Amino acid sequence: MNSIEGQIRIPSGCAIAAVISKDGNRMTGEKIVESMKPMHDRSNGLGGGFAAYGIYPEYKEFYALHMFFNDRAARKNCEVFLKERFEIVKSEIIPTKKIPAITDEPVIWRYFVAPLQSILHNLQLDEKEYVARTVMKINCEMPGSYVFSSGKNMGAFKAVGFPEDVGVFYKLDEYEGYSWTAHGRYPTNTPGWWGGAHPFTLLDYSIVHNGEISSYDANRRFIEMFGYKCTLQTDTEVITYIMDYLLRVQKLSLGEAASVIAAPFWSTIQNKTDLYDKQKHEFLRTVFPSLLITGPFSIVFGFNGGLMALNDRLKLRSMVVGEKDDKVFIASEEAAIRVMEPNAENMYAPAGGEPVIIKVKEGAF
Amino acid sequence: MTLDVKNIEFKELNEKLRESNSSVTLEGCCGQRFIACGMKDKSITIEGIPGNALGAYLNGASITVNGNAQDAVGDTMNDGEIIIHGNIGDAAGYAMRGGKIFVKGNAGYRAGIHMKEYKEKVPLMIIGGSTGSFLGEYQAGGIIVVLGLGTDGKLVSNFPCTGMHGGKVFFRGEVQKSAFPKNVCLSPATAKDLECIKEQISEFAHIFGYDKEQILNSQFTVATPDSNNPYKQMYVAN
Repeated sequence: MNSIEGQIRIPSGCAIAAVISKDGNRMTGEKIVESMKPMHDRSNGLGGGFAAYGIYPEYKEFYALHMFFNDRAARKNCEVFLKERFEIVKSEIIPTKKIPAITDEPVIWRYFVAPLQSILHNLQLDEKEYVARTVMKINCEMPGSYVFSSGKNMGAFKAVGFPEDVGVFYKLDEYEGYSWTAHGRYPTNTPGWWGGAHPFTLLDYSIVHNGEISSYDANRRFIEMFGYKCTLQTDTEVITYIMDYLLRVQKLSLGEAASVIAAPFWSTIQNKTDLYDKQKHEFLRTVFPSLLITGPFSIVFGFNGGLMALNDRLKLRSMVVGEKDDKVFIASEEAAIRVMEPNAENMYAPAGGEPVIIKVKEGAF
Repeated sequence: MTLDVKNIEFKELNEKLRESNSSVTLEGCCGQRFIACGMKDKSITIEGIPGNALGAYLNGASITVNGNAQDAVGDTMNDGEIIIHGNIGDAAGYAMRGGKIFVKGNAGYRAGIHMKEYKEKVPLMIIGGSTGSFLGEYQAGGIIVVLGLGTDGKLVSNFPCTGMHGGKVFFRGEVQKSAFPKNVCLSPATAKDLECIKEQISEFAHIFGYDKEQILNSQFTVATPDSNNPYKQMYVAN
């Protein structure tokens, strides 16, 4: 009899990959799914997922809520709640393909919604804050309902399974996006379940992550003071909320946010010769000490119009970046990039804590 | 002989390698791990990208990669040689205890982490370009050489030789002393110091088409553990 995961140790480590077109050219999900194949052994079949940007141009003014429901009753119940808060312009089952590799799927739906203006006006909230609070409320208070994607013109697709199977399951070759991220999961301390697969998203922000956050509870306690709730039983989710807090709420730049979560050592900051840079780092470490993420990580952070790749400051996980024409590729292993583009150029491994920020040129997405 | 290894899993790939005669070229390699693990009496050329832990526990075989290599090349290798005609990922030569690794380009983080030596088994790693942070971390023995060829002169990044307690690291040119821990000595390499790497640098130059005289005529700096300032009372005062 074969032992199951949990009874035997399966040594591996997560895999991440991403591709973006700086010109905003849309690509199907085929390549990014392919890219996960040479990294198969980094996952163990307990989670795979993708985030895609630019896939819903016909509904780009609406928030696309991707949702898991445990059953029909949970869906009906949640829909009543959604109708009180949003105008739902379209609701549908997310198309999937039944394959033997993916089983036990929940009820998977998507809703294209616009917040009801009267409620926004009454609450004196901006749209994004309202949507973010609604997502937290559903994930926290409505058992059996999970929002796993809530941005405009983007979407996350995730499941329990190997990423290359998850891509087939969600028919990602039928979507076209200007930017894609991917993840193959090997859960270390937490259960492998549908909501726990990556990417973790809030609004249009998404995170795929290889690593393990040693500072998780310190980060969680801090971020939960600002209305975020960590409900998905795994560490990575907190990175998404930290990024949302730093970028959307605190209005930091991407580079500054990277300097908060992967802050250099004090000794490295002391040795900086650029005085402005030195003061900036001192300021960020002093103001946001609880948002320093320690432990190994390589992440790709997706947002409308771009990507940011980042390693922990000690670079305890691998990550390489390559380019070809208008495209930039990021992956845990060079082999994954060569699958997407055999002739990729300028292949390099960014240093720990050094963010790689790629933006689609203005107006092209 | 040539083996097309496209879409072949690493286990099958290694089985084919073991069954093959002594000289093999792998074509279409893409990310398969553990290639040539523990092998001896083989000469292997790789086209494409070998996966992590290439030549782990290598025991005498010779591997040439005509491109870049990923992480943990030569993990715990015992004997043989690995030649990389490109860049190499993180943790190259991890816990290596014999044999040699030659890299034409740059190395990632933690090159030579915990290399060790015993009597005549002295591992050697020569990196043609520059290296990432934590070069020679916890080095216990063996020799690392960083040549800085084709770089802007920056040989190492942050925290080189952290926890080093054996072996030697040679740098072609000068390095910033303040980057090193205080338990490590830096001194200009003498002719006697260089004696042990002369032959291998000539071989390196020959393989990658450099002028060996030009390399050898440079001033080298050597880092060794400072036996007058050992690691003590780091965690508890006893």
